[in-house]
Amino acid sequence: MSDDIFITEERIEGAEDGPLAGKTVAVKDNISTDGVRTTCGSRMLEDYVPPYDATVVSRLKAAGATIVGKANMDEFGMGTTTETSYFGETDNPAAPGHVPGGSSGGSAAAVAAGEADLALGSDTGGSVRCPAAFCGVVGIKPTYGLVSRYGLIAYGNSLEQIGPFGETVEDAAQLLDVIAGSDDRDATTRSEGDDSSYADAATGDVDGLSIGVPTELLEGADEGVVETFWEALGELEDRGAEYHEVSLPSVEHAVEAYYVIAMSEASSNLARFDGVRYGHSGGYDGNWNETFARAREEGFGDEVKRRILLGTYALSAGYHDKYYKKAQDARAWVKQDFDEALSEADVLASPTMPVPPFELGESLNDPLQLYLADANTVPVNLADLPAISVPAGETDGLPVGLQLVGPAFGEERLIRAASALA
Amino acid sequence: MSDDAVSPEEVRHVADLARVDLDDDEVDRFTEQFADILEYFETLDEVPEVDRETDLTNVMRPDEERPSLESEAALGNAPETEDGYFKGPNVS
Repeated sequence: MSDDIFITEERIEGAEDGPLAGKTVAVKDNISTDGVRTTCGSRMLEDYVPPYDATVVSRLKAAGATIVGKANMDEFGMGTTTETSYFGETDNPAAPGHVPGGSSGGSAAAVAAGEADLALGSDTGGSVRCPAAFCGVVGIKPTYGLVSRYGLIAYGNSLEQIGPFGETVEDAAQLLDVIAGSDDRDATTRSEGDDSSYADAATGDVDGLSIGVPTELLEGADEGVVETFWEALGELEDRGAEYHEVSLPSVEHAVEAYYVIAMSEASSNLARFDGVRYGHSGGYDGNWNETFARAREEGFGDEVKRRILLGTYALSAGYHDKYYKKAQDARAWVKQDFDEALSEADVLASPTMPVPPFELGESLNDPLQLYLADANTVPVNLADLPAISVPAGETDGLPVGLQLVGPAFGEERLIRAASALA
Repeated sequence: MSDDAVSPEEVRHVADLARVDLDDDEVDRFTEQFADILEYFETLDEVPEVDRETDLTNVMRPDEERPSLESEAALGNAPETEDGYFKGPNVS
């Protein structure tokens, strides 16, 4: 069961005492572990063994956690199903025969299957929240800057955060307490999480909570998903929350803005993989441009090549203003929309994913259709905001997630609200 | 498909800039997919110009010596090394 969840199964023992003593944690395979292979789900890094720990891994060890393995993922985090991994697909423990979501599919599956108590993933455009929703577990995408990215192998560095998975909101919050906080090795971290007590906020108290429901994030969603979403919202209402509809007109352009920015950043971040200092070698025949191009042809899969090429295109002379600059405008617009909506609501709620989990192998051939499935998650990364996905119920036996979005560094509020459901 | 859909030559040119070799099948497949994806990206034209707030501040730290990786560890993942250096392909 566990062999398709982990790329590398290896125990890393933490300190004897600490808040996570006795807890097992799965770590996504793009987070560096000293002496333990870290592949990013790619042939390029099939044999790469980091010589240092990511900050979040040092913090896990110091907190007494036991790491049980490096979890499967879409190659370099690029995907929504974990099927782009060079090491093969991962089945969904909550819905066998279906994808676990992505890109942190192995992490979510590890928690859903009971292979680990907790897990770490990374979320560039939904890569924690999507698999949490598809596997029926809880996943948190922290505010940009709450958690150190030191040792996280970069894909879209202005968008991504490492985030926790747990079976309950309180479990995930406890892991967030351990990893949050400033780090002098990541200059984009902030001090808001330094003395956090997120787990204590998991009281389930939603009395008087004001919930905004962005109508744009329900349009076009699967009927069964929408029905399950409203049932969960009804539960929150029964406990004293109230909701009203809000509008986020900018999110209509969020998916294209997200992909232009993420691909542009990917084309730059992945330029380091030349097969000389680490990674798959292109050999020594011919000049360096030829051998680099050969290393990258052999080491990268289709989706990674697609994004590097499209990002290179979007940044190339003559197209920069048309794509990248407009995408940055859209990003600023999305931020303004969220600020406005959150000035009249405590949190915003939507289905995490507009669709239930795909069947394995169903979706790989049409990249654009797959990008559109990220419609509800990517706006949050563009706006640098925190969000949580919590199980809302099932449609036809398939898990559905409810996403709550809060103001910057409003993790406590999200945890309090979401803990009413799980 | 929009007027300026990408051609196979453009896909090859971009792949060359990005230093990624492609075989003919990949060029054909990407040409078709990029047309769809770029047509979708065109809708960014409808985005208004937005005042971008820049509330970013520089983060500085004292310029102090601290330990870094030993060269053996830094070279540990290199496919080839020579005399404590990375070994790369010919430059010209």
